[in-house]
Amino acid sequence: MAAIWRFALFLCMLLMVSSSDTGHEPPEEDASSSKSDTSSGTDSGHDTSGDSGQSGTDSGHDTSGDSGQSGTDSGHDTSGDSGQHGTDSGHDSGDGGHGGEPITTLPIVSWKWHHVSTPYLVALWILVSWLCKLIIEANHHVTSVIPESALLICFGFILGGMIWGADKVQTFTLTPTVFFFYLLPQVILDAGYSMPNKLFFSNMGAILVYAVIGTCWNAASLGLSLWGCHMGGAMGDLDIGLLQYLLFGSLIAAVDPVAVIAVFEQVHVNEVLFIMVFGESLLNDGVTVVLFNVFDAFVSLGGAKINAVEIIKGIISFFVVAFGGSLLGFVFGLLISLLTRCTKNIQIIEPGFVFVLGYLAYLTAEMLSLSAILSIVFCGMCCQKYINSNMDESSVTTVRYVMKVLANGSETIIFVFLGISAIDKTIWVWNTGFILLTLFFIFVYRFIGVFFLTWILNKFRLVPVEFIDQVIMSYGGLRGAVAYGLATMLDGNKIKEKNLMVCTTLIVVYFTVILQGITMKPLVTWLKVKRAAASELTLIEKVQNKVFDHMLVAIEDISGQIGHNYMRDKWNHFEEKWMSRILMKPSARKNRDYVFKVFHKLNLKDAMSYVAEGERRGSLEFVRNETAFVDFKKKFGDEFTEVMPDIMADTSEDHSGMSTMRGDPVPSVSLEMHEQNMNGVRETEDVNSHHLLQQHLYKGRKQHRHRYSRSHFDVNKDENEVQEIFQRTMRSRLESFKSAKMGVAPPKHITKHTKKDQLQKMPNGKSLDKSRSYHSGDEDFEFSEGDSASGFEASGGSFPMRVTYRAGAGIENPAFMPDLDPLAQVQIPPWLAEAELDSSMVAPSQRAQVRLPWTPSNLRRLAPLRISTHSTDSFMLADAPGAQQRDNERLPPPPPPPPPPHRDDDHM
Amino acid sequence: MGSNSSSMNNIPNAEQLVQETGFSAAHILRLYERFQFLDKDDTGQLRPEDFGAVRELAMNPIGDRIISAFFSPGQETLDFASFVRVLAHFRPADSNRTRDGAQPEPANSSMGKLKFAFQLYDQDRDGKISRAELLQVLRAMLGMQVTEEQLQSIAERAIQEADFDQDDAISFDEFRKSLEKVNIDHKMSIRFLS
Repeated sequence: MAAIWRFALFLCMLLMVSSSDTGHEPPEEDASSSKSDTSSGTDSGHDTSGDSGQSGTDSGHDTSGDSGQSGTDSGHDTSGDSGQHGTDSGHDSGDGGHGGEPITTLPIVSWKWHHVSTPYLVALWILVSWLCKLIIEANHHVTSVIPESALLICFGFILGGMIWGADKVQTFTLTPTVFFFYLLPQVILDAGYSMPNKLFFSNMGAILVYAVIGTCWNAASLGLSLWGCHMGGAMGDLDIGLLQYLLFGSLIAAVDPVAVIAVFEQVHVNEVLFIMVFGESLLNDGVTVVLFNVFDAFVSLGGAKINAVEIIKGIISFFVVAFGGSLLGFVFGLLISLLTRCTKNIQIIEPGFVFVLGYLAYLTAEMLSLSAILSIVFCGMCCQKYINSNMDESSVTTVRYVMKVLANGSETIIFVFLGISAIDKTIWVWNTGFILLTLFFIFVYRFIGVFFLTWILNKFRLVPVEFIDQVIMSYGGLRGAVAYGLATMLDGNKIKEKNLMVCTTLIVVYFTVILQGITMKPLVTWLKVKRAAASELTLIEKVQNKVFDHMLVAIEDISGQIGHNYMRDKWNHFEEKWMSRILMKPSARKNRDYVFKVFHKLNLKDAMSYVAEGERRGSLEFVRNETAFVDFKKKFGDEFTEVMPDIMADTSEDHSGMSTMRGDPVPSVSLEMHEQNMNGVRETEDVNSHHLLQQHLYKGRKQHRHRYSRSHFDVNKDENEVQEIFQRTMRSRLESFKSAKMGVAPPKHITKHTKKDQLQKMPNGKSLDKSRSYHSGDEDFEFSEGDSASGFEASGGSFPMRVTYRAGAGIENPAFMPDLDPLAQVQIPPWLAEAELDSSMVAPSQRAQVRLPWTPSNLRRLAPLRISTHSTDSFMLADAPGAQQRDNERLPPPPPPPPPPHRDDDHM
Repeated sequence: MGSNSSSMNNIPNAEQLVQETGFSAAHILRLYERFQFLDKDDTGQLRPEDFGAVRELAMNPIGDRIISAFFSPGQETLDFASFVRVLAHFRPADSNRTRDGAQPEPANSSMGKLKFAFQLYDQDRDGKISRAELLQVLRAMLGMQVTEEQLQSIAERAIQEADFDQDDAISFDEFRKSLEKVNIDHKMSIRFLS
């Protein structure tokens, strides 16, 4: 397997190398002239647009090859090609085969490499990088020891070696433009978008301290120390001044988010530690870019012109750039949120807005010379909440995935190219003193900085950062592509030793990413760093967390302190009052409570695992009957967890054919459908639910009618069909409900009972059928209440008037009313009839006692079916109040009695 | 500071409180000032109404529960010592303070914190969180946003998650177990300014 992939990769590389050759060979001869004469404006311009790497030089060569002959434009490729052909070495003579002489006859096929070369190379490089990742991930035993980022860099070395071997010059390197404009933004956007906001803000103080002060400290200490060593003569003869040292220090000071995430993702340290390292790395990128610009300006100014005013200006610009960038990102985040409020009708491209606006936030900040990185981070952070609730669920998933694809993809490319960039003789200038001292100082000052700052912070922190965590934080100071990108941006004219700096940066990157990356995991294990507990999502925990939050706020209020709980509470209030109102769809606002969301998620999970489990058991039943049940559940949401098992259990009672499995009696306490240990029950549940489903299931008359549509996903979602499903479901429920009823008692009789009657009668033991109707009514309530906000208490009154159940759902359907009566009498599903008897026997005792050993289950088992089936008609009633009377005569009343005893306590 | 120590003397049993709760003298002093502020009529006792002076508390969904947690059952008033003892639950756990076996568990241990949290639910103090009690809390917190029906199923589910002995209620042990993964020390501590 892996071998195959390796082979594939090798092929790709061959292809690539040969293609790069085509661009390359000529320049060997006229390299100097080509560089000067083409300047290749057009070509290199669009070259950078794409890829990673082949960069100015490459395109310069390409066009230079052309330029000898014709224009630099890629439109002229054939001719260009031919021109190249002349100078090309043998092995790509194929390229020029169809070449360029004046056309004498119509070519059927022609080779147009230059026509596509740029985008082709871009795509090819992306492919190759991703294939590298694929190979790496296929070897799990390796990645568990060596982090992926390190392996990618190594692959980069190999690829770079091949290119070098073929070209004798490094054609592809990571250029700052490509890196900062096309690779970095999505990584950062993803980081911001998936940032755990609460965690981030509760550690904000520490993160800011590390990111700002820590970075400045790193930059200054490194610069000064190197300068000191230089003065002391440790590095021999170098043409670097103090300012340049500081510039160098500032570019290499920042911990790199890409590298840090790549390593820490695999280590799973505890969340506080993670957020500190991660948050710091994100923010200090912004800081380091600002510092870099300031020092770069200082270097340009020259030491003599720098006076106090300039320094103060530098400090001011630092803050303006950093905060301005953040603010801009914030504004863009709000913009995205606002926009997604109204994208309902263009759901297909709705996820696109997030990316486009995010990117625009980055570019705008760049344009205003604010911190682009900070801008996009904050953009992602502040829009996440709103877009997640504004957009359709599938759009959210899309955003999330595309974000990951882009981020992970470019991260891969970045690492590979970091490796490739190294294989270039021209940049390597070795100065042992400089390089080793840099490494040493970076390492040491990182430790000093972290420990010192933590020491201060711990005086103020509620939960002090532990010693071990500090070690890991210091050790996790990985440098990465941002430093390299900045280093290559240095102006060679102003800084004579640019190459030394670039290659030192590269070495630092390799050292930290590879060596520290590899040792990080053992170190974490060895130091017994607190890991993130892989905890399962539980509702009680989330509820409790919320209680904790409220509690802390209250305690702070009582003890009269303004702590961060207080601030958070104030912010939450503000956020709820203003921001949510403005930025969120009203409909989204309704269900955004956190606990509720968790609950919803859990329910979905249950539903899914339920289906999966059913299918795993391989019952043909599942094949035959689709799982409308699941939809059903989703639709009715949560209140179902409780009722559903009952329904299943209910039917189980009555299917003699299937009840063979039903060895053990259904426990009387309400069953938890997701409980794994109740195997016996589950089986019956499955089987029976299938049966139930079969009745309620809509079978499409047309098979899938695939319609191609660019703007809609849905296949086969016909309005009529939906309607029909709805009507059918309702009808069948009504039928079964009614028939069941009729089987025992004349409907008239029941209808006469007002709620009061029933109330009175129930307690003393009553006719079987009555008690039955009582229950069904009750359950019905429970069931149907999901959407209407009227509480139980409210329903205690006479007929409940419900608001529309669901838009479009509760249509009054004339066709459906007349049907009722005839059908009702005829059809009594055998199991229903049986069940009735069953339950009716039990009913009185159930009245009396809350939890008999088996009664309640039986009862409840029984009730919900009718209930659930009948529930819809109460919707009907609500929707068509006018029709209510009519219905009453025909249908058994949906009596709104008080909750049965065992529920009473719920309401207090 | 001179002024501090002089006012320390005004506080009844100050030394003992320091000993007992682990608050520093400065903390105690500050809390005493707060206590006096809340104690509008200077009786040295707080009544539940006095907490009404804290405006934010009225907005807190579980504010009244917290208030009632300050008062031991049957008591209508709260003296300073009890006030501090309750607040001591929220002091961050201290790692360096050696605990001798003889001493009762300090209020700020995670067990003490949990107990406090537990009794917020357990209004009838029967040692169990019944479904109804949980539902009340949920209703207060989720309030308008979800329907009664949804509240009930949430409560149902939450109980099922924690309810190991199937008695449809959460005992303290079950409560503790269900929150095993949560770092109580972090979640239930605030920084007391001194």
